[in-house]
Amino acid sequence: MTPGQRRWVFLLAGIGFVAFFLWGLSGLPGFGNYPGPYGPAILRVAVAQTRATGVVSAINFDYRGFDTVGEEFILFAAAAGVSVVLRRLRGEQERSALDQAADRHVPSTSGAVRMMALFFTGPVVVAGWWLASHAQTSPSGGFQGGVVLATAFVLIYLAGEFLVFKRFSPVTLTDVVEAVGAGGFAAVGLSAVLMGLPYLTNFLPLGQIPGAVSSSGTIALISFFVGVEVAAAFILIVGELLEQTLLIRRGDS
Amino acid sequence: MMSVFPFIVVAWILAVGLYGVVTSRHLVHQIICLIVVQSSTYVLLLAVGYVTGAVAPYYFDVPDHTPAVDPVVQALALTDVVVEAAVTALLLSFAIQAHKRFGTLDPQELVSLKG
Repeated sequence: MTPGQRRWVFLLAGIGFVAFFLWGLSGLPGFGNYPGPYGPAILRVAVAQTRATGVVSAINFDYRGFDTVGEEFILFAAAAGVSVVLRRLRGEQERSALDQAADRHVPSTSGAVRMMALFFTGPVVVAGWWLASHAQTSPSGGFQGGVVLATAFVLIYLAGEFLVFKRFSPVTLTDVVEAVGAGGFAAVGLSAVLMGLPYLTNFLPLGQIPGAVSSSGTIALISFFVGVEVAAAFILIVGELLEQTLLIRRGDS
Repeated sequence: MMSVFPFIVVAWILAVGLYGVVTSRHLVHQIICLIVVQSSTYVLLLAVGYVTGAVAPYYFDVPDHTPAVDPVVQALALTDVVVEAAVTALLLSFAIQAHKRFGTLDPQELVSLKG
């Protein structure tokens, strides 16, 4: 099919889509008049039941915790997939991360970049942990915190070089940490089963004050595990992509 | 008009993204177009759950039982973002390997190489 024909087919499909979309719109309740029973029902009971003031986290890690297990394993599978797809192909070889031609002149990273990266590494780690450990109180949680934590390692790469990045995040260690994060979530659910409760029941003491960091039982614990898993998964993905760019070369030389 | 405007925006983002996917001549560009397609779902989810005059579903410093927007679709949007990031990384690594193997990132040339 030529690009021209393709465009015509798309145009036809687009007209059909617009027709169905307008038809669907005519039956919607309109922006700002959400009528669904599920959301408001959770809003009524969530703070009393979970002592978490962040209702979105309460849904993610408690009411719909089972769905989030699935989501977390999508991330786990994707990180594993990236490692598998970016393996060394036949006819490729992996160079050492050490510079082969030590006498070659390489422009060094500018002082400004190194300074800024180093300056931000500490605050980014703190912000990441803060986000991952405050899922129960505010708009944060393991997913957001984990990504911010992974950013700290990218900053280390920016400030130093690939070798330093690898020293801070060796693949075996990151693999183990990722598995602990993903397995921890599943294990919290299984502990409830061992106690004779349904999977992922919030079995820990909920605490007295809604919105305290120590409140909300397993929500805070699961958020922590998710943060660890997400951070490790993204460090792995970034590491694989960097390795692909910097170390893997065609040929045998 | 205002009551359907967000949904028109959703349709527009979806259509623009799909047009990009269909006509793209570069795999990385095509992947980015796919992200645009997926972005329409964020707008859709958040628009569906919006309640006029309501607060965010966080009761940290507002009294309990203040009307809030629907938290379920917000949780779904969060899931959506994470899955998108993971899938994008996987697709980009496919693009790297495709370029190594076939020496091109043009989807149409890739099709003619492998029927």
